[in-house]
Amino acid sequence: MPATRRYTINTIGISFLWLCGILTVIVLLLIAGYILFNGLGAINWDFLTQPPKDNEKAGGIYPTIVATLYITIIALVVATPLSVGGAVYMAEYAKDNYIAKLVRFGADSLAGIPSIMFGLFGYLLFVYTLGLKFSLISGSLAVAFMVLPIILRVSEEAIKVVPETYKHGSLALGSTKWQTIWKVVLPTALPGIVTGVILGMGRIVGETAVFLLTTGGVAKVPTSLLDPVRPMTVHAYLLASENLSLKNAFGTGATLLLIVLAITLTSNYITRRYMAKMGGKL
Amino acid sequence: MMEAIIESKDLCLFYGKSQALKNINMDIKPNSITAIIGPSGCGKSTFLKCLDRMNDLVPGVTVTGNISYKGKNIFDKDVDVVELRKNIGMVFQKPNPFPMSIYDNVAYGPRIHGIKDKKKLDSIVETSLRRSALWEELKDRLHDSAMSLSGGQQQRLCIARCLAVEPEVILMDEPCSALDPIATSKIEDLMQKLKDKYTIIIVTHNMQQAARVSERTAFFLMGELIEYGDTKNIFETPKDKRTEDYITGRFG
Repeated sequence: MPATRRYTINTIGISFLWLCGILTVIVLLLIAGYILFNGLGAINWDFLTQPPKDNEKAGGIYPTIVATLYITIIALVVATPLSVGGAVYMAEYAKDNYIAKLVRFGADSLAGIPSIMFGLFGYLLFVYTLGLKFSLISGSLAVAFMVLPIILRVSEEAIKVVPETYKHGSLALGSTKWQTIWKVVLPTALPGIVTGVILGMGRIVGETAVFLLTTGGVAKVPTSLLDPVRPMTVHAYLLASENLSLKNAFGTGATLLLIVLAITLTSNYITRRYMAKMGGKL
Repeated sequence: MMEAIIESKDLCLFYGKSQALKNINMDIKPNSITAIIGPSGCGKSTFLKCLDRMNDLVPGVTVTGNISYKGKNIFDKDVDVVELRKNIGMVFQKPNPFPMSIYDNVAYGPRIHGIKDKKKLDSIVETSLRRSALWEELKDRLHDSAMSLSGGQQQRLCIARCLAVEPEVILMDEPCSALDPIATSKIEDLMQKLKDKYTIIIVTHNMQQAARVSERTAFFLMGELIEYGDTKNIFETPKDKRTEDYITGRFG
């Protein structure tokens, strides 16, 4: 009977989709679980608050946590205003003109470039040409450039979906375009923009290749922007690849995982609170 | 006879090359309700949007002729559009409160026009909500999101938001088309209360509504103003055959 056949295919299809979903979750849990299983044992108060010792075979990872946090903050402070500003320009002013198309094409291409290219670029421009040395600032600027297209494109989409009716409502009350953007468009698009910033932040925190060519890799707490630093990812890479301490490498990885998790959960919570206050549907 | 607050003279409007309005000559009397009726695509909303220059936002629109507001052509170069829209408010077809609190919605206009004083804003919000007959319903939940209101309340909130900047003219573009009959009758009652203080121009699909609320009615057809006069005359003794056909439901 054709009818039964249709139902059979339906059942098989849905089962297959379920299987795909479950497998994805399992793989994710396996990776996270493996890192946490191997790394949580290394994490304790001293590990988080002390520098490495015994030629990095033991001790903590405090300077690398500081480096990762500094880099993330500096890079986002540089990249967010630029990319959100660019997104506003493209979504509200340029629309589909030649410049906007060019920027969009450029941003999409840049988002797909392997990060080592940003490392090379940062090395040539910041470390070498501008004389900023292997340093906190060189690494931060290089990753800022890397996440610029991500935040730009996500923000642009968030701004584009703000209903025209809001803008018209605001303009009809006698507001200028600037006031409308500042007081209606951006607040409405904020959850989407925050998503873009968090995506960018995830990329920065997890980045390694760019830092290998720009930050210098000294595991000490920096005292100036021009000091060399070693972010957590580079630390984990060095500990593992030079066989210094696999335990501490996993410990670093687990700490990184927990930090990313904490930031994601916090920002999700804040975004939800914000959207509930605005009354938008979740 | 009172002097007109808005006068349209030989107004033509083009979207690119196609003409949407043809030589519209119409004057609007202050402190009254003027209804504009006509079938879809007749240009009635387009005309309304000329009055506060919201058509500026549509790419490719050109306008000839002029519209004077209190004797001054609104298309003149030295006219401040921001100031014009402060004086001529607009209520849209679909309720469009901003996704913020009820209070912030009403305070939005005064704030963008530079009022920062909390007490002053409080009193503007209260007055505006009272005038739009929402105060009693909403006074205890001013800080709830405007999105949590019903469609009818949202539309009255939009009217309150419009009143908060103290306009002289309120343009309403089919303000009840998304509302149920009860919410519609509330808006109509409200219009009657508001006309002492404001000049209201309403575009509507609903001929009974035009007949109920307005003193003067204009009938638009294919970009032309066919007939304009006292509502009673338009509905009871239309001079033009086309007006009669439309009103008696022969088309449209």
